[in-house]
Amino acid sequence: MKIRIKFQKQGALKFIGHLDVMRYFQKMNRRAKLDVRYTEGFSPHQEMSLANPLSLGMTSSSEYADIEFLSWPSRQELIDRLNAVNVPELWVLDARMLPEKAKNAMSITVAADYTLKFREGYKPEDIDAWYEKFFEYTAQPEIIVTKQTKTNSVEVDLKAQIHELERRGNDLFMKIDTGSHSNLKPELLLSSFYASMGQEFNELMFEMNRDELYGEEDGKLKALLDYGYDF
Amino acid sequence: MRKPALSDEILLSVEKPARYIGGEYNSYNKNPDDYPVKVAFCFPDVYEIGTANLGMQIIYEQFNRRDDAMCDRVYSPWFDLDKIMREKDIPLFAVESQRPVKDFDFLLITLSYEMCYTNVLQVLDLSKIPLHAVDRTEEHPIVIGGGACAYNPEPIADFFDVFYMGESETQYDHMVEVYKDCLEKKLSRKEILEQLAEIPGLYVPQFYEVTYHEDGTLKSFEPVNPHAKARIRKEACREMTPDLPYSIHPIVPYDRGMMDRVTMEAMRGCIRGCRFCQAGMIYRPTRNRDCEYVKKSIIEMLESTGYDEVSISSLSTSDYTDFKEVMDFLIPYCSERKINIGVPSLRIDAFSLELMGKIQEVNKSSLTFAPEAGSQRLRNIINKGLTEEEILNGAKQAFEGGWNKVKLYFMLGQPFETEDDVKAIPILADKIARVYYETVPKEQRHGKCQIQSSTSFFVPKPFTPFQWAPMCDAETFSRKAYLVKDTMREQLNRKSLSYHYHEEKQTELEGVFARGDRKLCAAIEEAYKRGCIYDAWGEYMKFDIWMQVFEEMGITLEFYNYRERSVDELLPWDFIDIGVTKNYLKREWERARQGIVTPNCREKCSGCGAAVFGGGICRENKN
Ligand code: B12
Ligand code: SF4
Repeated sequence: MKIRIKFQKQGALKFIGHLDVMRYFQKMNRRAKLDVRYTEGFSPHQEMSLANPLSLGMTSSSEYADIEFLSWPSRQELIDRLNAVNVPELWVLDARMLPEKAKNAMSITVAADYTLKFREGYKPEDIDAWYEKFFEYTAQPEIIVTKQTKTNSVEVDLKAQIHELERRGNDLFMKIDTGSHSNLKPELLLSSFYASMGQEFNELMFEMNRDELYGEEDGKLKALLDYGYDF
Repeated sequence: MRKPALSDEILLSVEKPARYIGGEYNSYNKNPDDYPVKVAFCFPDVYEIGTANLGMQIIYEQFNRRDDAMCDRVYSPWFDLDKIMREKDIPLFAVESQRPVKDFDFLLITLSYEMCYTNVLQVLDLSKIPLHAVDRTEEHPIVIGGGACAYNPEPIADFFDVFYMGESETQYDHMVEVYKDCLEKKLSRKEILEQLAEIPGLYVPQFYEVTYHEDGTLKSFEPVNPHAKARIRKEACREMTPDLPYSIHPIVPYDRGMMDRVTMEAMRGCIRGCRFCQAGMIYRPTRNRDCEYVKKSIIEMLESTGYDEVSISSLSTSDYTDFKEVMDFLIPYCSERKINIGVPSLRIDAFSLELMGKIQEVNKSSLTFAPEAGSQRLRNIINKGLTEEEILNGAKQAFEGGWNKVKLYFMLGQPFETEDDVKAIPILADKIARVYYETVPKEQRHGKCQIQSSTSFFVPKPFTPFQWAPMCDAETFSRKAYLVKDTMREQLNRKSLSYHYHEEKQTELEGVFARGDRKLCAAIEEAYKRGCIYDAWGEYMKFDIWMQVFEEMGITLEFYNYRERSVDELLPWDFIDIGVTKNYLKREWERARQGIVTPNCREKCSGCGAAVFGGGICRENKN
């Protein structure tokens, strides 16, 4: 059976790449002596996949791994056994059993929440004015940017990829498209905003955290964890 | 939470930031504030290489299992970070605590390879520790060197307060006690060094005076401090008992590193006595780890890390007495859990082929032989007790067992090598290919067999019977390599043969450092100041700068590399006693000249001197 595991990626582990997280998980599963299913063939490996890769340098409070098990303990025991052999920065937060034919996290993801905090030393002097300008920019009916691909350039409307933007205290909250179908990176929106002012956006300006990943069901966003059930 | 030494800005701008963040699974993460004795352990190369080092893992465990000490790790920052740290004046730090190296009591540096010497200076420099031991004060850590290259510490003697000769297991605990006592008594740095100099195996270079003859050879080497010993006997464990520290819960780096596996050192030392091999002499006597301990530890290492590969390591694993028993246990255990087993340094015989057949199952990768020399004559000279018959027989069995790829390792430039010996390399490769075509019927072949030969250039090392031998110059090396190449083209099965050889420039430097004296300290410092680091990384080695510095300082390759040393010459490392005596080495040098093979320790003891350590194979022989 496939179990979806929710974990965080915090602290210095934001510098660990996607593939290394994958390898870390495989080792952690072994340490926890979990009964993971292996692929057949000459060099068997664990049947598992991670949700959308996180950019290097970004933290997250909800990453997902889908893992196939041959047998499994209860939800709480699974979480406890993993965390007993885990580092705090990658703490396992929750787990759900997925229905038989569930698609993997990577393929169903359509949107994500992000919280962007101004990094120390990068906070604008007049933060109210900054937000005012930013929301003025994002209030336009469309935000067209040209994306350069290998062969040609395509025009994208960023506005259509935004679900929600909100100032929360001094932080900027975004709910935006994420996934293979339509993908908006927070940096892209910000750099187009800065470009509109004739300035260059410095990616170090914000500390970014991914708060949640969603799929879509009946026209509504649904957190990835909610696709499964307790066990 | 610990405070990171580097800002996010910096970490995001360098290649592989994971090298600098520490916090790996199974790391101790002890807070320096809570321990009276703080040790920073450095591998002077980039993180991925350093984390693979077993000696470091053992020592890390040894300090951290104490209640009064903590040990953190330090690696060489890569070029990109090195530059930033200099520009922004950021001191080098240990990865777990992220504290500056300068705040530790000890900085231990493991010297596993000569080409890391400029990286040692990089580490000291970035740590803001004066390069010269005599310039350091009570504020600075005590810098200790150890590992394989410490057996000739002279080329880097100025930069170290202390060298530890031999295996860390025996004296480090004692050293911590002595040090704590010194702190209590509020001794000065010099007094502390004097106390350390009294500990067996510890050498404090600044307490010795060196004089030279006019021709540059050593005239005298004398202690000038009453606490310093005239001779330093290497430290060795009598037996590899289970109570010794070992890294049973090894650190699991986030990246793949050099070694994505656990390593069990099953045996220390080697019974073989190849005359070119330094490790074979300095790690004498051969000592086994207990079979039950090895089995139990491997399981615990696998379980505590989650690795899916285990490697059984030693200089010659086929000679490990309980090898069969360990493998009989390990093969079913690992196959059930989909764990790979790696056994480097096996001799090719019926048993090892059967074994490799089991552990490699379907995919038979290549088979490795290390004849080291192409002709039987030269193999006798170097005491490589491997006959052509054994090689061809091994190959035959391997081909019958389904292998069709063979890798052969040779060395060029060994003493007394003639043109015929060089040509014998491709001829041997061809003979192996012939065996393939004779053994395997056409319909069972999957294409051609592949016989890959590679050669490295021989560098004479201290404490080997070849320590007196002349080393070839770069031109001679190239000529020999070309001779192999050309002769290979003339062989019947040339289409099944291939050949690689290693760069000779690096080898010349390695030669100078390996048998160098204290006069080299100034040259190494100067080369470092002109930008030489990461010399072990071929593409970054600045050979021209080195040669220029050597020229300016009157250091010649003729003196250090090319000349044959007289057996009466006082050698820079003669004050070190590795157990194996100079007389034995002389005898072996003479036997090499005559092409006489010396039996291995298990066949017959040759009285090399290592019996003074009272254990291992020498004691077995007495029983
Ligand atoms: C595994 C291994 C590797 C691995 C891992 C290397 C690593 N980073 O550890 C890999 C494959 C990467 C490797 C690469 C190379 N290796 Co290698 N390797 C070995 C091997 C087989 C085992 C080493 C080991 O684990 N020994 C066991 C441990 C416990 O011993 P130890 O490290 O010496 O540590 C003990 C003591 O020396 C002491 N000690 C060690 N450090 C310190 C430091 C201090 C301060 C103190 C006090 C004490 C101390 O205490 C330890 C515990 O007793 C040895 C052969 C052997 N069996 O020793 C060759 C060996 C060390 N390698 C050797 C060589 C030449 C190389 C390469 C240069 C090959 C090449 N041409 O590229 C590279 C160098 C890469 C590098 N920068 O290190 C030579 C070194 C000879 C020399 N000094 O000239 C050896 C001895 C093999 C040989 N027979 O020639 N190697
Ligand atoms: S004393 Fe004899 S058995 Fe011991 S290491 Fe030397 S030669 Fe081998």
